[in-house]
Amino acid sequence: MCIAIPGKIKAIVNESIATVDMGGICRNVKMDLLGGASESMLGKHVLVHVGYAISEISEEESEETMRLLKQIAGLEDVGTFEGMSDAFESESP
Amino acid sequence: MSAVPELEKRLLERIRNSKVSLRIMHVCGTHERTIAKYGLRSVLPKSIDVISGPGCPVCVTPEEDVNIAIALAKSGATVVTFGDMMRVPGSAESLLNAKSEGADIRMVYSIDDAVSIAEKKPELEVVFFGIGFETTVPANAAALIRNTPENFSLLASQKRTPPAIELLANDANVDAFIAPGHVATIIGTKPFEPLAKKGFPVVVSGFEASDILLGINLLQMQVEEGCSRVDNGYPRAVKPEGNQIALKIMDKVFETSDSEWRGIGRIENSGLVLRKEFEEKDAAKKYEDFYASSLEDIHKKAERKDKKRCICAAILTGKAKPPQCPNFGKECTPKVPAGPCMVSQEGMCYNWFKYSREGGSKLA
Repeated sequence: MCIAIPGKIKAIVNESIATVDMGGICRNVKMDLLGGASESMLGKHVLVHVGYAISEISEEESEETMRLLKQIAGLEDVGTFEGMSDAFESESP
Repeated sequence: MSAVPELEKRLLERIRNSKVSLRIMHVCGTHERTIAKYGLRSVLPKSIDVISGPGCPVCVTPEEDVNIAIALAKSGATVVTFGDMMRVPGSAESLLNAKSEGADIRMVYSIDDAVSIAEKKPELEVVFFGIGFETTVPANAAALIRNTPENFSLLASQKRTPPAIELLANDANVDAFIAPGHVATIIGTKPFEPLAKKGFPVVVSGFEASDILLGINLLQMQVEEGCSRVDNGYPRAVKPEGNQIALKIMDKVFETSDSEWRGIGRIENSGLVLRKEFEEKDAAKKYEDFYASSLEDIHKKAERKDKKRCICAAILTGKAKPPQCPNFGKECTPKVPAGPCMVSQEGMCYNWFKYSREGGSKLA
């Protein structure tokens, strides 16, 4: 039930709805829980749950995850966060 | 992409090299899905035991609420809910059984789909059977604030997770907790601090195999350091303060109440019910008179039914594992579930059944 799918904001439909690309499938998503939709959100990544964006995933935060991993596991040679999860482009469980 | 196995391998090495033994409870059905799907239990050392708590909202929705939803549908209302709820057994039958008998019960992806049905068909009395944790509840609140038609109401069976986790901390034999990542996107990490203050290491984790492994290692590190705190292992989606906009919207529409959890019982302040200002949208108030009479009938019918009881309660509280249930894999399978833990894709029994038979994507 608490599955949330990451996607990228492709278009702004109106002040409360954005079109989000989730692994190649575009869907209109309600943006109420992030304060509404605006042009400044284009290209940003969000987590979508039951038709609503519930959290913004910023590159800065993904770098934070990578930093955490590097610090903990001594993974300096592991390149980017991209490898960790596909979290920004496809469905996560 | 090539970094994935390397990352997981190194995290596993770190977990295996640590001297810290832990019995860890996670409280999220999606975590269970990741753990089962990637066969994590089979690669973790014996010193690390990961058990599932009451993290699936479908599994903890009380029979009584399912009974009411069925009774409303049978009385002529259009009951709309998430697909996962359809096969959850009530006292006598499931919503799917009632639908096959002719009741108007429909599945939707979002509360907004239910509102659309009410808008397009004003002649219907549409009741949205809204179940879920803090991840889902803000969406219900946002839809109600937006204004819904008169023929729409919400049968709320919504839960707050921290009170249940705290209860389990007192009761279950657990050393540490993996807190639910998507619940935490909304409520943040602070509500889990009381657990840490009681001495339980806590980590908020994401939903990839590497997220879970990272979480386990962070918990070991807390023990090695001799402390207990709430680590945020999912900072790409979770802020310590959560989603303040969503919390405000949720607070405007809902207030806390005591609530019944299937298999566990009543937990103080663990429910979210509609505030008085929204009572005309509250199915519990709208159909108040109907409730008492219909429940009596349901209970009589249920008494006549000879049911083999499953041990969902013990499974939901981490006291037993699915294969210990006499019905597991026999009278209870995903096709014909006897208990709620076998129904939902996030249920402990569903995942054990599915991945122990089909095999997960095992890590090295």
